[in-house]
Amino acid sequence: MDYQKKPLPSKVGTIGYALLGIGLILTIISFMTNIQRALFDYLWMYMFLLSIGVGSLALVALEYLVGATWSTPFRRISEFLASIIPVLLILVIPLILGMHDLFHWTHKDVLANDPILQQKEPYLNTNFFIIRVAVCFIVWLVFLFLFIRNSQKQDITKDPALTKQSIKLSAVFAILFMITLSVSAIDWMMSLEYHWYSTMFGVYYFAGTLLASFAAATFCAVNLNENGYLDKRMGNNNYYSFGALMFAFTIFWAYIGFSQYMLIWYADLPEETFWFIMRMKGSWAYFSIGLVFIHFIIPFLILLPRSSKVNPKLLVIMACWILMAHAYDLYWLIMPTYFTEGFVFGWSELGVMMFAVGIIITVFRIRASKTNLVPVGDPKLNQGLNFHLN
Amino acid sequence: MIKKLTDYIKVLDTKDDTTPRSKQLFGLSALYNTPNEIIEAAAVVAGKGYEKFDVYSPYPLHGMDDAMGMKSSKVGYVSFTLGITGTFLALLMIWWMSSIDYPNIIGGKPFFSLPPSIPITFEVTILLTGIATVLGMLILFNKLPKINSPLNDTVFMRNVTSDKFGIVIKTEDDKFVENDVKNLYLSTGAYDVQPIYFRESNLEKKTPLFDKKFIGALIGTAIITAIFTYLTLNIVLYDVVPFDWMWNQDRIDSQSKSDFFQNKAGMRPPVKGTVARGFLPYEYQGMPDSSVKSLANPLAMNKKVLERGQDRFNIYCSPCHGYFGEGDGRLKGQFPKPPSLHSEKLIGWQDGNIYHVITNGQNVMPSYAEQVSSDDRWAIIHYVRALQRSKNASDEDMTKAK
Repeated sequence: MDYQKKPLPSKVGTIGYALLGIGLILTIISFMTNIQRALFDYLWMYMFLLSIGVGSLALVALEYLVGATWSTPFRRISEFLASIIPVLLILVIPLILGMHDLFHWTHKDVLANDPILQQKEPYLNTNFFIIRVAVCFIVWLVFLFLFIRNSQKQDITKDPALTKQSIKLSAVFAILFMITLSVSAIDWMMSLEYHWYSTMFGVYYFAGTLLASFAAATFCAVNLNENGYLDKRMGNNNYYSFGALMFAFTIFWAYIGFSQYMLIWYADLPEETFWFIMRMKGSWAYFSIGLVFIHFIIPFLILLPRSSKVNPKLLVIMACWILMAHAYDLYWLIMPTYFTEGFVFGWSELGVMMFAVGIIITVFRIRASKTNLVPVGDPKLNQGLNFHLN
Repeated sequence: MIKKLTDYIKVLDTKDDTTPRSKQLFGLSALYNTPNEIIEAAAVVAGKGYEKFDVYSPYPLHGMDDAMGMKSSKVGYVSFTLGITGTFLALLMIWWMSSIDYPNIIGGKPFFSLPPSIPITFEVTILLTGIATVLGMLILFNKLPKINSPLNDTVFMRNVTSDKFGIVIKTEDDKFVENDVKNLYLSTGAYDVQPIYFRESNLEKKTPLFDKKFIGALIGTAIITAIFTYLTLNIVLYDVVPFDWMWNQDRIDSQSKSDFFQNKAGMRPPVKGTVARGFLPYEYQGMPDSSVKSLANPLAMNKKVLERGQDRFNIYCSPCHGYFGEGDGRLKGQFPKPPSLHSEKLIGWQDGNIYHVITNGQNVMPSYAEQVSSDDRWAIIHYVRALQRSKNASDEDMTKAK
């Protein structure tokens, strides 16, 4: 292994800080002008960051669990992206404080007059909500710490036993991940319309989460490797699985999204259909149709040929596209509760997204400045570097 | 017995090919011991500019496509085309079946709608894509089946289908020179180089489809499949009941007994005073003509109503009254002849009077209230009016009709 660590160009840090600064200022102004809208925007941003952070941690676990070798040279990238989880712990505070503005079910008078909500009260109450958030964070932070500790220790000791230990951790995390992610999706997004329920909602968010994490990893991995930060032996064929997995999860997302829609359409029960009717009102109708094209049809057709899965330039563009589509999807899930008449995209929405991207870039850069970009001690690394497509 | 059979197959398998070979060379074969050697050899052969050659190995080899200089297969285009065809065929099929051929209201949904069609569309797309990929790959791109290739039943083929790796450069290649090729093979580490000659049957240009062995195998497969299918369907599965839990439900069928009710009748009579759709009771039911307050015709006169009236008139009225209401129906002679509908009296009648007669009956004519719904009765009256007018058309009507 002749890996030479190179620092990321200073331009990355500048862009990160610039986005972070402008985004933070816009978010603060937004909180001062219209606190409820700002909170909904902020929740949107928080869910986007949660997708990237927790999803990337799941990708790390997934690689250990299935014994993948192609992704080993790129694993550090997912580890860096997962490092935004501690930042999320700070970012969640305004949401907890603003729960009364976000969630209608927290209102005492609503609870008193709503027999359906009273039935859900044992789960849907403020105290238990905060406990769940705390438990989720404990799970994520503990596993983040363990995975990163093992991975970085291995850079020095080159001990294969650490990989074995991580595999065992991954098996536990895989189950906890599914539970915590579903709970997060239900708590933060489904409970916005507390009468509505869909047993597929957790899986729906899971599909989007993994897709967004793959896209984020693809964007970083391809850009870093093309500019010579990883390993010269790796070329276009090493990117194939990124393209294939983005393609696969695009279809998986569509499958889950469609299944959810079709079942509700078929049963035609008023307590389920109103959620979709909200998303068919006014300009939301165009937004919903747009979701099908932006999140499924366009990426499906572009990523379908094999040649596009090994084309670095196209992969970078599609990774950005899919991240954008995931934000679009989350906007569609969260915002109709606030913008009931039609969708609105203004400077405060732009501000929180700049803030989110700024956080990701800054955390990534800080982590990349201290740690090797390639897990040099991993026993699977050479297999990954010598990956052949055919 | 099974052992005998496998032994026999083994003997057949290892039997040397005895078909006569010609003197014409098909190509030069070489055998290698390891996959690495064959990949290197393939790269050298491709590098020297040979094009008509192929590599044989017992299992797929990573890196062989690149070594042989093969371009990526175009089979994807076949799959895609057939896949898209499947999408549209499925949509067309569902649309035609559910809204044209056999429209059925299910759960209050439209006859054709997209959401329930998607799963079937998806399945047909995948089905056609799969079939197109497999058949397209085998037939269009791999040019299979090659039932009479000169390589079949050779020592070379026996080796490369068990544990050796082989390469064959064909004489049809422009660069083929026997000694050059042989030296090339030996320089890349081949342990055995053998010329492969055409069979005499290959040169006679006889199409292999009519080969006795091939036809025999086809007929044999067909017979075995037929017997197996016959036995399966008629003996093994004959008594197996297909899933019938929707048919055998816990419900009371019409005309059947039920212990639930006291009189053991499964069917219940309708509640007293129930009125069937289109059969609202007539308020002058059974009253003499004189007491009737004439009702107005509730239907507007239009083409649709007239056509309905004509239809009902021809079914229920024309047997006695005749198609044109002149009282010369098909039952002439068996029943008393009814009066013409074109009499002064009838032309002068209100619509309500005619309705009263159809509903209550008159003289020999029975009531038609049971057979003809009240709307249809009014439609018949419109039609009778039209018949009457046709017999007494004014000049103005004639010019209008022109």
